[in-house]
Amino acid sequence: MSNSGIAVSFKNVRKEYKDVKALQGVSFDVEQGAFFGLLGPNGAGKSTLINSMSGLVIPTSGSIEVMGADVQSEFRKTRRALGLVPQELISDPFFSIRELLELQSGYFGLKGSTQTRWIDELLERLALADKAKANANTNQLSGGMKRRVLIAMALVHRPQVIVLDEPTAGVDVDLRRTLWEFTKELHKQGHTIILTTHYLEEAEALCDRVAIIQKGQLKALDSTEALLSKHPFRYLKVRVEKHSPELPEALTSRLVDQDAGGLTFKVEKETSMSQMLGWLHASGLQVADISSRDATLEEVFLDLTAEGAAA
Amino acid sequence: MNLAGTWALFVKEVRRFYSVAVQTLFAPIVSTLLYLLVFGQVIDTQIEVFSGLDYSQFLIPGLVMMAVLQNAFANTSSSLIQSKMHGNLTFVLLSPISPLEFYVAFIAASVLRGVTVGLGILIVGIVGFDLSWQSPGWILLFAVLSAAMMGGLGMLAGILSDKYDHLAAFQNFIIMPLTFLSGVFYSIHALPSFWQAASHFNPFFYMVDGFRFGFFNQSDVSIYLSLGVTTAFLIALSAINLILLHKGVKIRG
Repeated sequence: MSNSGIAVSFKNVRKEYKDVKALQGVSFDVEQGAFFGLLGPNGAGKSTLINSMSGLVIPTSGSIEVMGADVQSEFRKTRRALGLVPQELISDPFFSIRELLELQSGYFGLKGSTQTRWIDELLERLALADKAKANANTNQLSGGMKRRVLIAMALVHRPQVIVLDEPTAGVDVDLRRTLWEFTKELHKQGHTIILTTHYLEEAEALCDRVAIIQKGQLKALDSTEALLSKHPFRYLKVRVEKHSPELPEALTSRLVDQDAGGLTFKVEKETSMSQMLGWLHASGLQVADISSRDATLEEVFLDLTAEGAAA
Repeated sequence: MNLAGTWALFVKEVRRFYSVAVQTLFAPIVSTLLYLLVFGQVIDTQIEVFSGLDYSQFLIPGLVMMAVLQNAFANTSSSLIQSKMHGNLTFVLLSPISPLEFYVAFIAASVLRGVTVGLGILIVGIVGFDLSWQSPGWILLFAVLSAAMMGGLGMLAGILSDKYDHLAAFQNFIIMPLTFLSGVFYSIHALPSFWQAASHFNPFFYMVDGFRFGFFNQSDVSIYLSLGVTTAFLIALSAINLILLHKGVKIRG
C-alpha cells in the first residue's frame, strides 16, 4: 500500500484508438484525502482517463498507480482500493438490487453479517431500501434510481478511492443534493474522491483541487482556490440608470454580458479600478451601482478550454 | 487466486440461466425430444447403424451430445453479449477477478448447463428407450470436455460479437452446420467417401463419436483420437480466450 500520500498517480498515460489520440501523455497525482475535480469538455478524455485508472480501458502506454499499486500488474490491489461510479447507466434484468450488491461483494470475497449490514446501510443511505424490499431489478428503476444503485455497487467493497464519472448527469435536484451530502460525508471519513462533472459550480464548491484536460492533454492542475486567484481577469458588474448610446473601445472590448441587470465587463487584474472608473465616467454612463468579483471556475474553465481550441 | 470471487461469478452465471430455466433448460430438452420422437420413431425399424442396436438407441447419445454442445455454447455466448449490451459486464471488470478466473467461472457454468440439459434427455432415453451404457467414465469425460470446449467457443463468439446479429450469424452459420454434420443422426460410414473424409475435419464429430463410444463401446474412429482432438480444441480455445481476455479485446476499451 502507498505510504507516499498519493492516492492516484498518472505517468505519461497515452491511449490511442486507430486515428484518435484520446490521451496524449497525461501525468499528474491525486493526493490521498483529496476531493479532486477532473474537468474538461465532452470528448476531452476524462472518461478514458478514469476508465484507465479502474481497469476498464487498457492504456496504450504509460502507467497508473492507485494507492501505490500498478493498475495492470497489481490489479487485485488497485481494484480493491478503487470504486467507480461509471457514467453510463447499467442494468441487469436477471437480479434484484440486493442480489447485485451481494454478487458484487462476492467478487471481492466479502460475505457474512458485517457485509450484509453494510449492504443494508448502503440501501438505506441511498434511499434504495424500499426498492430492495420490493425485489425490484434495475430494469424497473428510473434513471436516478439506477444511478443510486451504481453508487452502492461502487461502495460495496469500501474502497479508499471513489471515482464518480458525471454522477449527477440527468438526475433531479433532490437526488443531486443527496448525492453530494453523501459524497461529502465519505470525504470527511477519509476517502479520496475523484469527480468529473459538467456542473462546474458543483466542482467549485466541492473540489479542493482541479485538473482540466482538453484533447487528451492536461491544461491546468492546481488547487481550486489558486486556479481562481491566478486567473488574470476579474468581473465588474455595472448597474446603470442611463445607457450611453456609444461606449468607448476600452469598454466594448471588455464587455462580456449585457442584460436588464446591467453590464458585465471582464477586466484584466492589472487594470486598476480607477482606470476602469475613468472609462465609465468618460462614456457618459450614469452608474447606479458597481460590484467586482473574481472569475468563477466555469469562467476559468471556458477561458482555458477556449485558448486550447484556438491553439 | 481469488477463489471466492471465482465462485461468486460461477454462482452468478448459474443463477442467471436458472432464473430463466424454462428457456435455458426445459425448452432445449423438449425440442431435442421432438427430434427423438420424429426421427427415432419413423426411422427406427428401417436403419441399423451399429449391429444389434435400434436407431433410436443409436440416436439418443447423439442428441444428448448435440444438446450439451448447443447449450454450453449458448450459455457463455448469450451471457457475454447480454452483459455487454446491458453494460453490467462492467461490474465484473471492476472486480479483482483475473482473466483466468473469469474464464473458469464462465466455462464451469456453461458445463453445468450443458450437462444438465443432456442429463434431462438421457433420463428420458434410459426410461423410455431402454438405453444402457458400457463405460460411464467415457460418457462423463466427453460430456464435460465437450461442454467446456463449446463454452470456450461461446466465449470467443461473445467476445468478438458487438451485437446480437453477430452472435446469431456465428450460431447459424458455424455452430448449427457443424453440429448437424457431426454424426448426431448417422454413422459417418453411411456417408459417401468425400463426406466421410470431410467429417474428419469437423471437431464436433469427435465429441459425438467419443461420447457415443461410452454407451456402445463402438465408434467410427478410435476413442483416443476423439479424446485427443477434443482436448486439443479445448486447450487451443482456452489459450485464445485467455489471450483475448488478458488483452481486453472488445471488452476493456
